[in-house]
Amino acid sequence: MTDTLIDITLLAFLAISAIGIMRMHSLFAAIMLFGIFSLFSAGLFVVMDAADVAFTEAAVGAGISTVLMLATLALVKDHDEKRPSHSPWIPLAVVMITGAALVYGTLDIPTFGDPDTPSQQHVAPRYIEQGQAETGVPNLVTAVLASYRGYDTLGEVTVIFTAGIGVLLLLGRGRKGKGNSPDRDET
Amino acid sequence: MKHSLILKIVAKFLIPVIVLFALYVQFHGDYGPGGGFQAGVIFSVAFILYAIVYGIETAEQVIPSGVLRVLASLGVLIYAGTGFATLLLGGNFLDYDVLAEQPTAGQHLGILVIELGVGITVSAVMLTIFFAFAGRERP
Repeated sequence: MTDTLIDITLLAFLAISAIGIMRMHSLFAAIMLFGIFSLFSAGLFVVMDAADVAFTEAAVGAGISTVLMLATLALVKDHDEKRPSHSPWIPLAVVMITGAALVYGTLDIPTFGDPDTPSQQHVAPRYIEQGQAETGVPNLVTAVLASYRGYDTLGEVTVIFTAGIGVLLLLGRGRKGKGNSPDRDET
Repeated sequence: MKHSLILKIVAKFLIPVIVLFALYVQFHGDYGPGGGFQAGVIFSVAFILYAIVYGIETAEQVIPSGVLRVLASLGVLIYAGTGFATLLLGGNFLDYDVLAEQPTAGQHLGILVIELGVGITVSAVMLTIFFAFAGRERP
């Protein structure tokens, strides 16, 4: 009962902040609302017992993303919204059809926490039953992420590394001097 | 924000706590929620707070971008190196059982080391991206 109440409250706040982002004219306020949206999602993940995911959402979604978007906003000017020249009906139709397709798709999704779904019956029982004995790590998420799925995590770290290289290549300011000398203007 | 005394003092109190919390999340990931990804992000947040309050230039003197590039690659190297270490010890790639006498002790050690690699790379890349964005001159 309490869980349902918390769920409904958090979802309502999610919807309110989403509508707020849509209607917001100031980009700064929209970015702050994005952070709040992420924080509400993190709260929902906690209610669904996904503490690790909630942690990541709070740190990356609400924290770093907001800072990076603010840093970007400081670079580009806060442009006033331009009135689109085309009619709003075509985008509205696209959004409605996509939304209807997504809602139709949810009808086939198994109920939350259903143990009989195929995804719960493949390797998950092995992780849950043997994970503690095989890895000795109490946090099952860490055991799966770092040990059973170590290849995937290595891939993820490489992706993050590649992202850093990409940003450096696009926005980097060239090789710096001894650290405190002003940058050469290469970009 | 160059002259805001309150912000500077509060940041001085907050930054050590943030770093300590990041270390807790990093090394307690085996037992509670958290791990290298989250710890890396929290760790970088401490430096981002420093950069916002004290200025980008000051922050880049504390942690130069050259060091960040080395750290970003070091983390991936630690991770992949653990895999090759297990290969050399006769196991499969990233099979931590062979790292210690007991399989579970090996798993513990392997997970700790690769989480450290993840944390180092994530924090260095986050800081690199932040400095790349925030350090640019306004056109």
